[in-house]
Amino acid sequence: MTTTVAKLVDTSLCIGCKACELACQEWNDQEFTLGTFDGTYQTLPDLEHNFWNLIKFNEFERDGQMSWLMAKYQCMHCADPGCLRACPAPGAIIQRPNGIVDFVHDNCIGCGYCITGCPFDVPRLSPKTKKVYKCSLCSDRTSVGMAPACIKTCPTNCLTFGARDELLRKADSRAEQLRGNGDQDAGVYNPEGVGGTNVIYVLRDAKNPESYGLPKDPGIPWTLSLWKGPVKWLGSMVFLGGILGAFLHFVRYGPKDHGDEHE
Amino acid sequence: MTNGWCDVANADVVLVMGGNPAENHPVGFRFVMEARRNRGAKLVCVDPRFNRTAAVSDTYVPIRAGTDIAFLGGLIHYSLSTGKYQADYVRQHTNAGFLVKEGYGFENGHFSGWDAAKKSYDKSSWQYETGPDGFVRTDPTFEHPRSVFQLMKKHYSRYTPEKVSEVCGCTPEQFTKAAEMITVAAAKDKSGTVLYALGWTQHSHAVQLIHTAAMVQLLMGNIGMPGGGVNAQRGHANIQGATDMGSWMNLPGYLKIPRASQTALDAYLKANTPKALRPDSLNYWGNTPKFMVSLLKTYYGDQATKANGFGYDWLPKLGDGENQSWGYFFDRMYAGGLQGMISFGMNPVANGPNTAKMLGALAKLDWMIVAENFETETAAFWKAKPLASEYYGEAPAPEDIKTEVFLLPASCFAEKDGAFVNSSRWLQWKEAALDPPGDAKLDQDIIAELFLRIRALYEKDGGPSPEPLMAMSWNYATPRSPLLAEVAREVNGHDLATGRRLSGFGELKDDGTTTSGNWIYSGMWPESGNLMARRVQEDPTGLGLYPQWAWSWPANRRILYNRASVDNTGKPWDPTRAPLKWNGQRWSGDTPDYKADAAPDKFGAFIMNAEGVAKLFAADLAEGPFPEHYEPWESPVPNPMHPEVSFNPVAKVFTSAADKQGTPDKFPYVGITYRLTEHFHFWTKHTAGSSQLQSNFFVEIGEDLAKEKGLKSGDKVRVSTARGKVEGPALVTRRMKGLKVNGKIVHQVGLPIHWGFLGHVSGPLINNLTPSVFDPNSGTPEYKGFLVNVEKIA
Repeated sequence: MTTTVAKLVDTSLCIGCKACELACQEWNDQEFTLGTFDGTYQTLPDLEHNFWNLIKFNEFERDGQMSWLMAKYQCMHCADPGCLRACPAPGAIIQRPNGIVDFVHDNCIGCGYCITGCPFDVPRLSPKTKKVYKCSLCSDRTSVGMAPACIKTCPTNCLTFGARDELLRKADSRAEQLRGNGDQDAGVYNPEGVGGTNVIYVLRDAKNPESYGLPKDPGIPWTLSLWKGPVKWLGSMVFLGGILGAFLHFVRYGPKDHGDEHE
Repeated sequence: MTNGWCDVANADVVLVMGGNPAENHPVGFRFVMEARRNRGAKLVCVDPRFNRTAAVSDTYVPIRAGTDIAFLGGLIHYSLSTGKYQADYVRQHTNAGFLVKEGYGFENGHFSGWDAAKKSYDKSSWQYETGPDGFVRTDPTFEHPRSVFQLMKKHYSRYTPEKVSEVCGCTPEQFTKAAEMITVAAAKDKSGTVLYALGWTQHSHAVQLIHTAAMVQLLMGNIGMPGGGVNAQRGHANIQGATDMGSWMNLPGYLKIPRASQTALDAYLKANTPKALRPDSLNYWGNTPKFMVSLLKTYYGDQATKANGFGYDWLPKLGDGENQSWGYFFDRMYAGGLQGMISFGMNPVANGPNTAKMLGALAKLDWMIVAENFETETAAFWKAKPLASEYYGEAPAPEDIKTEVFLLPASCFAEKDGAFVNSSRWLQWKEAALDPPGDAKLDQDIIAELFLRIRALYEKDGGPSPEPLMAMSWNYATPRSPLLAEVAREVNGHDLATGRRLSGFGELKDDGTTTSGNWIYSGMWPESGNLMARRVQEDPTGLGLYPQWAWSWPANRRILYNRASVDNTGKPWDPTRAPLKWNGQRWSGDTPDYKADAAPDKFGAFIMNAEGVAKLFAADLAEGPFPEHYEPWESPVPNPMHPEVSFNPVAKVFTSAADKQGTPDKFPYVGITYRLTEHFHFWTKHTAGSSQLQSNFFVEIGEDLAKEKGLKSGDKVRVSTARGKVEGPALVTRRMKGLKVNGKIVHQVGLPIHWGFLGHVSGPLINNLTPSVFDPNSGTPEYKGFLVNVEKIA
């Protein structure tokens, strides 16, 4: 059985250096664009179709204590991916045996349903190619046993790549260590609402993942659960019903008489 | 660094001050994170801004730019008044017990010996008291009122937590919390490291500031210890190498520049070879004649003989008391006193203080050669006014500039082999990855071409003083293109009798039978091969010394002053962290900073000092034997320690028309300059990848000041000083707060450097604002802490 792989982001070790951003750009051959000033240290206000890995900077004060939190934001590679559920184009979004959720652009029809389906608001539509893009966890690297580009470049070991089970254990023990060092709310972010993610975070304040720019309790919209469940079944029934109806009509009444057309 | 990057992982407490390694040394910062992860080390960050290092620290203390000596002086007071210092270390390894001459004193901001007319000190009262044997008298009990210990205690008794708060702007509680964390390292089995960078070196009192840090570390018993030391994080891949090789105002290996009054080699050696101050002082600088003569033999080869003082006469001499560092020669250039300049790997228009003065100075030259990878602001200084008249309106117009500029395309680092010397003092050999593009040439080819052609011109046409050029040794296989390997072997040095390369500076002689182009590098390329190219990852001590990874100067020593990690019986202070072991015969572990087979009680542990021990009290610097807090040149408040002597009385201030000083009534805020992690100096604005990560210039302003000014993030502001202005959007943040200083609220304004009038992205040169005021010891400009005004533009 293929091992499920994962990426561990230990935010207590992130210094917001953005090396991962540039490594992602370079490895994935993305076009460089100039950043926009939005009053923060962030490169861009949000992810873009050609910018898949963004460090979010959040500054706030709690009880007179200044915090400036930095956390890497990218596709979470959910165990139960909302994007995959939403996608109507066969083979455009696939979940590889190792857990990586990958977009196959040849099959993408650019409908953008995956964007609404993603509980983390990650996929982005390119206005040029009319296709949707996001982090592939460097599936071209990982498939040959290399770590993703962001992980390879991280200078502080904030990022690690490996077997998911092992990284979950590592995350738990790191969170425990942080709690021992005085971060009593330290914990692991691996939200259940999407069946867990293959990008796992250690947060110094796991009670407030929003302060890192992560949704507190992400889940797949109920409409989407229906979309590929009963609704898809229903839709398929309606579709098949139409064909069946046409066939029965043919059997009952025979071909349509076009005699008038020749007049 | 006294220690090295890997060694930071051995620390129990890390004080980051005057530096921001999470942003400017992110790769080295991994060792801080390792110390935290593996040892539970505490990280203390002291800085005017809550920066990315502060974001991951255990405690952050805000301070006003330019008040670091007050903070560290407060630490000395805290340590001495609470008894939190390593008493045995201080007794054995420092000059705390040395007696100082009668007549030494400090009053109202001046040390004894102040000469108001000359604006300098007569240092005679700062000397030690000597006995009839010529050696310094000591009091091992430290009780003598003129012992260094008692004088130090008295001097710093003024630096109470309340006083620190009044000067620095942090609260006494913030200071005390940090002091408690830092002084944990006073225990024998605890180590603390200090990481600093240009936030300490760019002040008008910078060298004294680092002296204060060394004093703190000596009191904690942290010098020579793994996880300890005073560690300068260098800002360029090879800036350490540049300093070592004498591109500052010294000869290679930190030998002093000859002075005009030292008319013969003997006089030079007499003036620069110290005598032992204690009977047990090894006094290694006593070997200066060996280093100097071997250097001269390297420069002049066979032409250097005993009879001609090994060619000493051919070396250029500086006038007595004259200074030729950066600020001084640009001041002379500005006054029209220089004809030409060669700028190699340097961009003074961008990185020099007071851009207007830089632009004005270059316009006075007849010619300038710039060797660079691309056109820099210096090469294109004549375009400043037409390209950005809003900032450089006062600069000369192109039609009025007669300077002839030659831009030579030079190769970049990836196109050259050779060694980089990193902050850890490692010489790491690298190979060239690419050929230089187009007409670009290797640096050494450019230099060789200039040298050979100029020499040929002298041979053909004659000229004044041709001797130094004619005598210069130039023994390379291809004279027009020396290999860096050839140069490295030449710098390593040879035994001229056998022709063999030296295995270290211990083999150098003062009789002209050895060569070495830099004594501290001798041993990097012995007969056994190029040790700089080693990449062995073995770590026999388990302390992260990696003795066979590259080669570390001096003598492959990884921790400087490591002899101080053991007491005078040879017992390590901390057996779990012992870089050296004494087996009764020899030392093992790291290369000992000591004689390899001398018993621990034979010599003092600090062999490079004439005292044989470390100096808490040091008469070497210009301002005084103990560091004292002085305000920056432009300060929002009078010095709370002694208002009548507010500014460093011996700092170098120039008086040209461009050297304008601002006052707090017109410029009420404190400006600070810094780099962002996304950038490398003024270079990466020429590359698309780095430019996109922080594309836009901005001005960091605290929320309370922004409220006062009616500013929100994105509003355009003008920041001005007495010298110039810059404009850009405000970044309003809670990370910068007004500080209560001397009873009034002082706001600081953050000004990141990177942008200029050329490159992929453009913006103002921050040095349009900064003053050309200099530390008297190092000649470094005061880029941190100057007065600015902030205005909202429409």
